[in-house]
Amino acid sequence: MPENYKTVSLSKMSIGQKGRIRDFVVESDDCERIEEMGVTPGEHVEVVRYAPLGDPIEIKIRGYHLSLRKEEAELIQVEVIP
Amino acid sequence: MPADISSSPQTLIRTVILTGNPNSGKTTLFNAFTKLRQKVGNYPGVTVERKTGTLMLANDRVVNVIDLPGMYSLAVRSPDEQLARNVLMGRLSDTSKPDLVICVIDAGNLERNLYLVSQLQDLGLPMIIALNMMDEVERQGREIDVVRLSKVLGMPVVPTVASQNKGIEELKQLIAEGVTVSYQRGWRMAPDLEEEVEQLVRLLVQHEKMDRHAAFAEALILLSLGAKLKNEEKKTGPARWFYKEELIRQISVIQDRLRLKGLRARTAAIEARYDWIKSVVRQCVHDKNKQPREDLTERIDAVVTHQLWGWVFFFGIMALMFYMIFTIATYPMDWIDAGFTKMGDWVTRVLPAGQLRNLMVDGIIAGVGGVVIFLPQILILFFFISLLQDTGYMVRTAFIMDRVMSKVGLHGKSFIPLLSSFACAIPGIMSARTIESPKDRLVTILVAPLMSCSARLPVYTIMIAVLMPAATGMQKAGIMLAMYVTGIVGACLMAWLFKKTLLRSQKPVFIMELPPYRWPSWHAVVIHMWERSRLFLRRAGTIILALSVILWVLMSYPRHEGLPGSDALKASFAGQMGTALEPVIKPLGYDWRIGIGLIGSFAAREVFVSTMSIVFNLGDEAKENSLREAFQAAHWPDGRPLFTPLVCLSLMVFYVFALQCVSTVAVVWRETNSWQWPLFQFVYMAILAYLASLAVYQLGRVMGFS
Repeated sequence: MPENYKTVSLSKMSIGQKGRIRDFVVESDDCERIEEMGVTPGEHVEVVRYAPLGDPIEIKIRGYHLSLRKEEAELIQVEVIP
Repeated sequence: MPADISSSPQTLIRTVILTGNPNSGKTTLFNAFTKLRQKVGNYPGVTVERKTGTLMLANDRVVNVIDLPGMYSLAVRSPDEQLARNVLMGRLSDTSKPDLVICVIDAGNLERNLYLVSQLQDLGLPMIIALNMMDEVERQGREIDVVRLSKVLGMPVVPTVASQNKGIEELKQLIAEGVTVSYQRGWRMAPDLEEEVEQLVRLLVQHEKMDRHAAFAEALILLSLGAKLKNEEKKTGPARWFYKEELIRQISVIQDRLRLKGLRARTAAIEARYDWIKSVVRQCVHDKNKQPREDLTERIDAVVTHQLWGWVFFFGIMALMFYMIFTIATYPMDWIDAGFTKMGDWVTRVLPAGQLRNLMVDGIIAGVGGVVIFLPQILILFFFISLLQDTGYMVRTAFIMDRVMSKVGLHGKSFIPLLSSFACAIPGIMSARTIESPKDRLVTILVAPLMSCSARLPVYTIMIAVLMPAATGMQKAGIMLAMYVTGIVGACLMAWLFKKTLLRSQKPVFIMELPPYRWPSWHAVVIHMWERSRLFLRRAGTIILALSVILWVLMSYPRHEGLPGSDALKASFAGQMGTALEPVIKPLGYDWRIGIGLIGSFAAREVFVSTMSIVFNLGDEAKENSLREAFQAAHWPDGRPLFTPLVCLSLMVFYVFALQCVSTVAVVWRETNSWQWPLFQFVYMAILAYLASLAVYQLGRVMGFS
């Protein structure tokens, strides 16, 4: 993957945007939980939608749908694929 | 290396453990195996209790089957996961070490499901994969090379569609024959890390006499526990924590060393596992040259999680549910009413006049009949709850409501226990086990009974009938909805208060799978309704029957032959109790007769209705009058009507908040493992009920209502 792809936190991505997970901003127990669900560095991710009240966020990863709060999505750095 | 295992067929398999991710169809497979009645749901973690059953093999051999709670990982974060881990490692004294593990995985969601498989491999147990929901793979336009997968994983893989009973016989065959497994750990972490893990494995083998497989699995968990190692584990749920001080000290030393080297055992293992899974999937899953069929789930979600239509749909479903409760249910309710009236008439004709006849007609038939009549409404309520859960819509409600829940400091996952509590607080409180944070779980348990359960229906229904006899079904449903909303608002406020004061904790992490929508199994829905109505009828036949008899005795003795009905009632034991209570409840607008109702429903809310039917049947001679008419005819001694609209409202509000249910108290006692919490819950809810009813009545009076 080329170097010049923009890296943003997952919570800043818009609906339909795709990307590749780079890493976690901080390491914590919560990150382990998220990683166990298959959200690991290198994996492709797509933002499916935001909940009607703007939070949580629904993503597609490893062929299934997962929802997490923006607060947690903020921890995840994603290289956006244009 | 640890976690490499090969075995020959066991001599005889006695205990089989079913495990797997939530929503993998594990419970459906369990049903197919055991024919045992059980609930199939779509909310992650609906199976919160350990369920067991027996499986009959061809030659009449009997095998025990244990259904573990659905889980994503063998980590130890919730009571569910802890329990599962202990069962698999043979640590529970009442459960023997499993002879065979069947891991059910959702073939349509292979990658994430294989994560648990990879962890289970570490334990070194004989294992079979039930590759379930093969029909969904087809729909995705892909195919799985099952032979290859079995070879790569080193264990038998059986394709199944549990909902259509496909693959069940093959699984049974394997259980009967015994299985051969031969697997190797396919993944490796950084050499430094492997070395440290190996060191801990040796310690565990040496000090704890663990076998190497279990020791490896345990080592990974122990290294990831960090500072929590010492205190946290002792408290959690059914688990015992096994390690001696010395070992714990040595683990800390290894942890410190890892930290210095900048190595994180846990995430390294997770990533290594997923890398391995990727390669497995690459080898075994192929795209067919077919377009995947249109994703129905995506289209449904576009509507039900829409900014506008999502809410319309949500409130529409709720409104429809309450409307059905008020319209469709009235027909069977009339039949039941007529049936009990006939029964009363028959007994009156057959038995000679006297106390026995009075007990039968006024005590038992009126008491039990007054409660059984609500069976149709409860059936409709459970029909809806069951349907919402089994299709997968319930999880979507957690998704759209999480923002609201987070405002009061709770988790979207708390929404499902609360929503289930509309049916009954007991399953609701039990489903709170899926909440990882102990404090959040406790808050959810504490406020769950504020959600109006089905036992309040009888009270609301009769009060609404008295309040506005001429109203349409729509208007009645509106008042009913208002009561439910009152409970919801109360629950939110109390949850917020508890989170601010007693049970402060960090905001919990919210990660939730949104599984595809699935057709509900009508069979399962019907079974669920049947189970619930059986429980309800059993309650009517036991607790409520007993309470009816006790109340009748209290209301009929000591006997005062000469007095007219209502004076005799007032002189009875119950009458004396009600009279003693009157000064306390008069500010709420209640007299001593309603006091009897409150005392009578102390242990079960719905008894209020039957108690009142006894009160008014004894007090008034006009037995043919329905309870509603009796209520409307009731007066204070000075001639003012007793059941004014304001009193009806005040009573309903009282029942919204008060915890009058022995079963709930018992279940909270069991779930919190303490008597202080249920006691606290009972007291706070009683105070809340009193204050709220007081406010309604007194403010209403000030505002000029009667």
